[in-house]
Amino acid sequence: MSATATTAPVRRTSPRAAVLRAEARLFRREPGTLFWILGFPPLLLVILGSIPSFRKVDPGLGGLRIIDLYVPILVLVALIVTGLQTMPPIITGYRERGILRRMSATPVKPSALLTAQMGLNGAAAIVSALVCLTIGRLAFDVRLPKQAAGYALALLLAAAAALALGALVSALARTAKIATAIGSAVFFPSMFCAGVWLPVQSMPHVLRQIVELTPFGAAARALGQAAAGDWPSWSHLGVLAVWAVLLSAAAAKWFRWE
Amino acid sequence: MTTNRPIVEVGNLRKSYGGRAVVDDLSFTVDEGEIFGILGPNGAGKTTTVECIEGLRVPDSGLVRVAGLDPVADHAAVTQVLGAQLQESELQAKLTVREALELYAALYPHPADWRPLAERLGLTDQLTSRFGVLSGGQKQRLFIALALIGNPRVVVLDELTTGLDPRARRDTWEVVEDVRARGVTVLLVTHFMEEAQRLCDRIAVIDKGKITALDTPQGLISRTAESTIISFTPSAPLDDAELAALPAVGSIEEKDGRITLGGTDETVTAVLSLLARHRITAHQLRVTDATLDDAFLDLTGATR
Repeated sequence: MSATATTAPVRRTSPRAAVLRAEARLFRREPGTLFWILGFPPLLLVILGSIPSFRKVDPGLGGLRIIDLYVPILVLVALIVTGLQTMPPIITGYRERGILRRMSATPVKPSALLTAQMGLNGAAAIVSALVCLTIGRLAFDVRLPKQAAGYALALLLAAAAALALGALVSALARTAKIATAIGSAVFFPSMFCAGVWLPVQSMPHVLRQIVELTPFGAAARALGQAAAGDWPSWSHLGVLAVWAVLLSAAAAKWFRWE
Repeated sequence: MTTNRPIVEVGNLRKSYGGRAVVDDLSFTVDEGEIFGILGPNGAGKTTTVECIEGLRVPDSGLVRVAGLDPVADHAAVTQVLGAQLQESELQAKLTVREALELYAALYPHPADWRPLAERLGLTDQLTSRFGVLSGGQKQRLFIALALIGNPRVVVLDELTTGLDPRARRDTWEVVEDVRARGVTVLLVTHFMEEAQRLCDRIAVIDKGKITALDTPQGLISRTAESTIISFTPSAPLDDAELAALPAVGSIEEKDGRITLGGTDETVTAVLSLLARHRITAHQLRVTDATLDDAFLDLTGATR
């Protein structure tokens, strides 16, 4: 066939760009995934913001309102949902159903699929975080982070840690079902550490010290500090960076292509 | 039809998992332009063998060459020469046929135009259908298209027709013959005798990781001990010992008064003269050639 077949006239896209484009299309076709990443955190913000007492200045919080504390928390919820709920079943399913294997029989490495998925999930989570900030500002008069650069740095580190945690879950789970189960089991402690039930600042001292050593506890503190106008403390950023590196290394070590 | 130049070479290939040899010292070559069959029972090592050729598995020892390239060391180069349809692999459920063809075309430096390819494989009406809703036959035809989209010189088709209905299976066979007619070498893994007999120029029969026979389908049939099957219902009982003493007789079966003997042409003559000597009439006498099925059971019989 090499001699007789018609060869496509023009080479339009690079292989990796073609993989990214196809995965982006598929990503848009998953309404469930899109809701959990882009819809759920803003919706939760709107619900919490609708509680009148959450919009009253609390002297115990240094003149802030509860809703002010919740905006960075919901930014983290977007990252946690993405890393633990939506991404692992996709990646594990790709391995389970031989999609990664099929790609390894082409000139393109199957890692192209993983990087495309991590990039898309990460980008969607960041968009969701920005939507939460916007809703907080427009609907509930929550000030945008005063220390924008520090906030952006903390957000990117937290996103890296969340995606690395998701990659580790994908590496450890053999099937998409197991990935969903592990993801859910880690989901609730992560939400707790991010301060969904009780903001980290309001936790009892000992508990707070422990929570601040977890990736999302540290991220919650760093985002909270940057929102208030301070450069996030290096200890929180450092904890986040160490987690991101450790989780990535573990995911890379245990990931199996089939 | 074949040019007698090897495009796939396998020499003393070994691969074991957990101490169990799955592929045990296999050697064969596939000539450019032929349809080469790998036939064997489940678990014989067929898929492991072709996965070593595809570069998806690293052999423990031995040599594998595809168009002179090492599938592991020169993986990227081999993927451009060799197209694969893998056993038990899927595509993303919500990817349409058209998107799959466009995506896989973009992965190769010199892809075939996917439109005529889709037309040849009868996929034109399914272009906007998502992979998840395709029938088994449509999925297999799409996988053949994806195996061919990089303009390969060899395609490996692994259990292509497993799970297809007889109609879809026959359609797929025509596609395979068409692929070969265009000069692409086909390496076909199967456990269907009919498929191997119909399509293959040569067949390697693999059992327990070893080649037990390598020949043309007709050659395999004629080399078995029982290339001819004789069956008849005698008008009077026959002595088993006399039947067993016939030349070249293999299996003897008796059921409801009907006797079935496996043997050769020589056995046929001897049976007829035995019957004549005893003045016994053979009702419904049938003499048939063995099929590849019989040859296969004979060649892998030691394991059963």
